[in-house]
Amino acid sequence: MSLETLTKSWEPMSYGFLDASAKREIRRKTLKAIAVPGCQIPYASREVPMARGWGTGGLQVSCTLINPDMRVKVIDQGADDSVNAASIRKFLARVSGAPVTMDTLEADLIQSRHRIPEEKLREDQVLVLQVPNPEPLRPVQPNMSIARQMHADADYGRMWLQLYEQIVRSGRVMQGASYPSLVNGRFVMTPSPIPRWDVPKMDMAAHLTILSAGREKRLHAVPPYTRVEPLVFDDVPFRVEDHGRLVCTRSGARGFFMNEIPQEDGTSSFEVSDSELGVKTIHRRDGDAARIGETWYTDGEMAQ
Amino acid sequence: MTLTLDAPRFVETKPLLTARNLSKSYGDVQALRDVSATVYPGEVLGIVGESGSGKSTFLRCLNLEETPDAGSYSLDLPDVQGNLFDLDRYGRRMLCATRIGIVYQNPHLGLLMGHSSSGNVAERLLVAGERRFEVLRDKARNALDASEFPLDRMDAPPIELSGGMQQRVQLAKAIALEPALLLLDEPTTGLDVSVQALVLDTLKRLQQERRITMVIVSHDLGVIRTLSDRVMVMRRGAVVEEGLADQVFQDPQHSYTQQLVHAKL
Amino acid sequence: MTPQFNRDAPVLEVRSLSKGFTMHHLGAQMAAFDDISFQLRAGEFLLLKGRNGAGKSTLLRALYRSYLPGGGEILFHSSHGVIDLARAADVDVSLLRKTEMGFVTQFLTARPRVSAEALVAEPLRLSGVAQEDALEQARHWLDAFGVKRTLWAAYPTTFSGGEQQKVNLARALILPQRLLLLDEPTASLDASARAALIDRLSELKSRGTAMVGVFHHPGDVAQLIDSEIDLTPDVKSLEERENVVV
Repeated sequence: MSLETLTKSWEPMSYGFLDASAKREIRRKTLKAIAVPGCQIPYASREVPMARGWGTGGLQVSCTLINPDMRVKVIDQGADDSVNAASIRKFLARVSGAPVTMDTLEADLIQSRHRIPEEKLREDQVLVLQVPNPEPLRPVQPNMSIARQMHADADYGRMWLQLYEQIVRSGRVMQGASYPSLVNGRFVMTPSPIPRWDVPKMDMAAHLTILSAGREKRLHAVPPYTRVEPLVFDDVPFRVEDHGRLVCTRSGARGFFMNEIPQEDGTSSFEVSDSELGVKTIHRRDGDAARIGETWYTDGEMAQ
Repeated sequence: MTLTLDAPRFVETKPLLTARNLSKSYGDVQALRDVSATVYPGEVLGIVGESGSGKSTFLRCLNLEETPDAGSYSLDLPDVQGNLFDLDRYGRRMLCATRIGIVYQNPHLGLLMGHSSSGNVAERLLVAGERRFEVLRDKARNALDASEFPLDRMDAPPIELSGGMQQRVQLAKAIALEPALLLLDEPTTGLDVSVQALVLDTLKRLQQERRITMVIVSHDLGVIRTLSDRVMVMRRGAVVEEGLADQVFQDPQHSYTQQLVHAKL
Repeated sequence: MTPQFNRDAPVLEVRSLSKGFTMHHLGAQMAAFDDISFQLRAGEFLLLKGRNGAGKSTLLRALYRSYLPGGGEILFHSSHGVIDLARAADVDVSLLRKTEMGFVTQFLTARPRVSAEALVAEPLRLSGVAQEDALEQARHWLDAFGVKRTLWAAYPTTFSGGEQQKVNLARALILPQRLLLLDEPTASLDASARAALIDRLSELKSRGTAMVGVFHHPGDVAQLIDSEIDLTPDVKSLEERENVVV
């Protein structure tokens, strides 16, 4: 028996970048978050080679979950090819040796900023959302200690008050992204700044969603097949963005969430926000093989 | 010299509010000494005393914002049992939200100054679980109307309103759920005299029309006299005298009450 | 009209009632009256006499419990049973004031933005009479006391003293009560209103209301008086008319 057989040899970096105890903590906190859907669980939030606010929360969860057999997809505002998405994707591959993909159907682990892919996720897929501010009560209660008591008491009257105020002032609910939603009938969460369009996708979804805020050191989760209900008045129904009839000028995809591209003449053209869906639609149009999975929305309508 | 009064014999209803022997100290300062009170349904109890007499502390105890060191407090309402000071934070919040209304002297304590006035009223209803926008709107409008708030301003934030109007918003919020008990802490103090008269007048009318049980605290004898059926006089945390309002003002027994009455009348 | 009550039924039994005031700032005691006893039956009218300061109003207020008696008993035979008003709980006194005992002064406590007719109807409404009936009766009494029809729906806060007084009387006398305490209600009242007041008092009396009154000019109500007490110190003799007073 020698020291060499008892210890590991020195490596410049732990597998998946984070050290084992950091990953263990995040695993434990993630399990806790899954056990209490929608409840914000504090965690230590280590340093990663990226500035806080650029997805460090999501990155830490991804680094914890990743293994060499997991295929990784990273999206930023729907796009796989933005600088931020590409950097995170490369980083994850480099620290884990995991294969990468842009195709939602092939991915095992999807880290995303501000979108949920248009193709339905499956039970064997995990979605990690980067969250800048996990506290839905912050706009109505700046004191976080009191906000925590409010969660404990399910004291969410003021969330509705916020909606009331929006309707009174503007005639409609103005909350565009981060639409507060009740998880499993108990905790109100902010689903990260995904558009309203994506909120119904979380309701009774087959996949696990983990939402992690690195700067705020909190994560919460929506386990598979969990109710997620956007807060609404009984007599003012929830409405998603009016994108159902828009057509992507590049791919011809229709009935999905679009990016608006202002034109010189003052009009707008639209491109499908889920870039890989756009790519696959173009391939298919050009006669190339492309498998497009079942989508949450069909012809711009959410399947009931 | 004076006779000791008997226990009530003819009044058939039980007191709505029973507070027994409330005591509370802040460090060396004894804010309440053995303060007891009963209030019958539909009655208005006035509490007078100068600042520091403990009257506001007592009211905060009745609103369950403050827990005394000793004493008990009960409300005779369906589903409300036992000493209310034993309730946890959640129990207190739900009880206060649904059964007790309060109007503070300082509207900042009672209102979200940047939200709309109607929203402030609607919040009460939201806490109680109302989730229909139109119903919230109607009830907020009705409560503001009953408080004689000008409805064309119902969506203006209180911060843009005058002091008298802010008190009306507080009042509307307090009565929106038709509380069993309305607590008023110096509701007109700091307002111009003419505005004060109007707010008092609204309170009086509401009391006449709805028979709301009220406890009103003020250092202003005129306010207490206008509204109260019975009066409690407090000094240095203790009750020095209590009786029918006209009796306390016309025939005060305690030297302190005599001083108060003579100083003000 | 046949009286529907037992003329022998006692309404009020006052025994050795005394009242004094302690003025703490002077360190002084002042006796108002001492050892007053009398009995009042249903439908009986007792006049309190005495020179100024003899304690007539003080006695009335002590009976109504606006003043706390110092000693003695005020046994009131209420519909709930006999109760000593000198010792009754505040809430019991409140209850009796709403339903069985009235106090009539010459001053109206008007409330802003409450019409004259609503103000007059209020005691009836509080005793359970329907709104419309109560208003109907209120208008009748406003008319009887000579309040001009155009003023009925107006706010008495703006009325002259004389008109306010009439509204006050209509309000104070609209609901027949077991015991009525009258504190100079006729003072500065015009002749027709005074006549209406006396009519109403004699009607109430004939229906069994017992009354104790202080009048500046007792001649105004001479025909109503059954007995008198003179409160002037050292005048202990009680003049008797029809009924025996202790």
